[in-house]
Amino acid sequence: MCRLAALTSAEYISPMETILALETMKEGHDGSGMGLILKGLGGEFEDLKDYPVLSGICSEAGMKTLDSYMNKIGFKLKYTWTPKTKAIKGIKGHDNYFARVYDYPDIVKDRPEPVKEGLLLNTRLALRALGELDESIIIFAFYPDILALKEVGDPLQLGEFFGLEKSSLKAKIILAQGRQNTNYAINLYACHPFFIQGYGTMTNGENTAFVPIREFLSGRNIPGYIGYNSDSEVFCHILHYTCRQLGYPLHYYKDVITPLKQEEIDRRPDHEATSFLKMSLRPLCIDGPNCVIGFTPDGTCFMVQDSKKLRPGVVGGLNGKYGLMSEECGLDSAIPGREKSTDIFPMKYDMVIIKPDAEEVTVWNQLHG
Amino acid sequence: MEPASRLDNNHDLAVKDFPYIIRWRDDRCKRCGKCTAVCPMYSIEPAVVVKRTLHSEGSTPEPKSTRRVETIVKQTTDIGKYCTGCGTCTLVCPNEAIEPEYNPQHKFNFHKNRGGHPYRRGGRRNDPSPSTLDKLRFSRISMLTDPALDAGRHEFRIRTYLGRILPAEELPVKAVDGRLEVTKKSGTFIPPVREIYPVMIGSMSIGALSPNMWEGLAMGITYLNEVEGMPVVMCSGEGGMPQRLLKSRFIKYFIPQIASGYFGWDEIVRTIPHMVEDPCAIEIKYGQGAKPGDGGLLMAHKVLKLISEIRGVPMGVDLPSPPTHQTKYSIEEAVAKMIQSMSMAWGFRVPVYPKISGTHTAKAVLNNLIRNPYAAALSIDGDDGGTGAAYNVSMDSMGHPIASNVRECYLDLVAQGKQNELPLIAAGGVGKRGNLAANAAALFMLGASAVSIGKYIMQAAAQCFGDEYNRCNVCNLGKCPRGITTQDPRLYRRLDPDKVAERVVEVYKSLDVELKKIFAPMGRSTELPIGMSDGLSTDDPAIAERLKIKFTC
Repeated sequence: MCRLAALTSAEYISPMETILALETMKEGHDGSGMGLILKGLGGEFEDLKDYPVLSGICSEAGMKTLDSYMNKIGFKLKYTWTPKTKAIKGIKGHDNYFARVYDYPDIVKDRPEPVKEGLLLNTRLALRALGELDESIIIFAFYPDILALKEVGDPLQLGEFFGLEKSSLKAKIILAQGRQNTNYAINLYACHPFFIQGYGTMTNGENTAFVPIREFLSGRNIPGYIGYNSDSEVFCHILHYTCRQLGYPLHYYKDVITPLKQEEIDRRPDHEATSFLKMSLRPLCIDGPNCVIGFTPDGTCFMVQDSKKLRPGVVGGLNGKYGLMSEECGLDSAIPGREKSTDIFPMKYDMVIIKPDAEEVTVWNQLHG
Repeated sequence: MEPASRLDNNHDLAVKDFPYIIRWRDDRCKRCGKCTAVCPMYSIEPAVVVKRTLHSEGSTPEPKSTRRVETIVKQTTDIGKYCTGCGTCTLVCPNEAIEPEYNPQHKFNFHKNRGGHPYRRGGRRNDPSPSTLDKLRFSRISMLTDPALDAGRHEFRIRTYLGRILPAEELPVKAVDGRLEVTKKSGTFIPPVREIYPVMIGSMSIGALSPNMWEGLAMGITYLNEVEGMPVVMCSGEGGMPQRLLKSRFIKYFIPQIASGYFGWDEIVRTIPHMVEDPCAIEIKYGQGAKPGDGGLLMAHKVLKLISEIRGVPMGVDLPSPPTHQTKYSIEEAVAKMIQSMSMAWGFRVPVYPKISGTHTAKAVLNNLIRNPYAAALSIDGDDGGTGAAYNVSMDSMGHPIASNVRECYLDLVAQGKQNELPLIAAGGVGKRGNLAANAAALFMLGASAVSIGKYIMQAAAQCFGDEYNRCNVCNLGKCPRGITTQDPRLYRRLDPDKVAERVVEVYKSLDVELKKIFAPMGRSTELPIGMSDGLSTDDPAIAERLKIKFTC
């Protein structure tokens, strides 16, 4: 089972906190990869929040291809962050890890946000396509205030490999996932967390309904609904589709992935609309076992379970800092001083929602709507 | 010179030419006559033979002959009275003295065209080999990497939708204060959709079926709906429905069918103002998988009082349904109008969908229907289906199997992103070899939203004798020995509608358990695994390639 550790905080925190939580939850061999996504960046990124950050990995040749492509489009490099890597036994590593901050091309600078977001997405996809065959360019995200870092190896060792302990890299929301040892033939595009246009998720468990979901999403003709190297990538795209493309409030994500029975829906105040959703989005129903943790563009974080609650998951913390973890020991590691009796273990009808800046936790119950 | 044939019967057929040979045991038979009385084909008859026996007594041979007259049961060699192998004789025999035996060397098809009339029959395709559906296995099993579901403990929802489903982008909903509301003023047409059990009973008419059989099926599905909470629905077949049912609240479990003869529709249309519930849906039959391009015929002797009332025709006349709708000249025009007219008849509250034969051209039909906002589904009937009556050549040689047909239609919908908008109903050979749950589940995973069954339910609920070796298969003659497909009260009174209903309920309850047993290890429980093709595999590489599923060996 993959291990999930997410923290949302009013203050900037180090990604090492989530990595240590992953380490606490570790059982047995765990070396098939770790992914980190940071949102609400601090440190040197704090003053660059309006500019898109390109996160990825390149070979030397890939770097040149990337530079020439970005120049051609008109993106101007403003700042580059690279981890100070050090050799660790067992971690093969890549040539260049980077998070590059760009200024928008002049032609889109004054255009509305959706146009800019469209350009960022298309650029990410184009770069991915350019380097996909020879794996010379791997791009995880290209979006303002988002940084992604992924590599194969044990999470704690990777933290050391990237020098995160001494790094000034900080953020207010951090998602970290350590992959279990069943996922081989490792492709970094299969590594959680996944991100698209402000929405990020990570999941544990097997998505048994993956193929129908993938076929449905692929058929939406929405740029970015590609890849699916992991059966969990669809959870992120379903979130994006539900909230951004269809404009539904966040808690309908729960209704989409784990629809209620019709007789249960009939008791909801919004039963008419929810009934339509159940039918029209039927192929997006997951069947678990899955626990999904994610965030939305405004910095809201959430945790949901499959409709039978077959996975562990716990949310807890203090005002101003909350953790969303797949196991309680991870939460103990990240937020030891909290009042444990207030920990929330979301059950099959629950969606735990934490407001931006970890201001407030609410549990939305699907039965009541 | 006089031909010798008169003397040596050279132009007669031998029993060996027939598909079934009667094995009659002289030593067991008590000459009660039940078998000869019950034989629907008059294939066996009591006969008298003279036997000459020689015997000798004493120390030296002194043979003496005795002639004795004996009664026997004799199989006729008249091709018009061929033994169908139904085995009714065996059922009634008190001493197990008689049974038909299949003769693989028969030459029936060489001879069954006397008078220049091609062989016509009811039944099925007569292909006993495993169908493609039977060659599919479910091989994506969740085990230790992730726990499988428990068919006995977890909750399963085995349901599907019948009706056109709007894409989410077109739904008239908007968020108001963090909650989605339906905007009534949008003017969006919201097509009617029913939530049903995904295995339907396909179209078999009152007329083709005996009153007792139809009543048994109808009672069975009503019980399933009202008592068991399983929304199983049933199509009427062509020829209308009893007024009593049309005006009852139970009509919501039925799908009246309109076909090329339009039989019964005067009566149905006149009843609409008196109906207290809408029917589940309306099926427009354009084709039948087992006999594509062939019409139907309810023969005069089946058109008795009840049938004539339901269909609105005089008694005792042949009722031919033409192979095609006479008003149909194009799918763009006439079919669209027919769907729209039927929708309009019930105020656009009832899903209306066409049923076609499996065909290479199904995708063309599908693509037209996708663009017709009133088309509620597409039912495709494959060539392994059954029929009440057809030419042998149509049943044996015409048609398209359902598996690849439904798969390519589904993938076509996927390519257009419309796989959830127009449900595909698959039929034709579902449960042909008794594997109802496995066949149905395989079709769901290939892309069908629902399946229809016909022969299976006749065999399971009323012990239909028919099989793929042309056993019985006389549904067209009104001589059904089980009383399933006959209007002869002497025959159908043998069939107890209560027993049929009971079996229908048993079949569906066990089907439900078996479907769970398939879905649980695959980790599916909340929604039907439509299009979950990664769950399927086959050991036939050609099938794997055609259906785009895994090859395993």
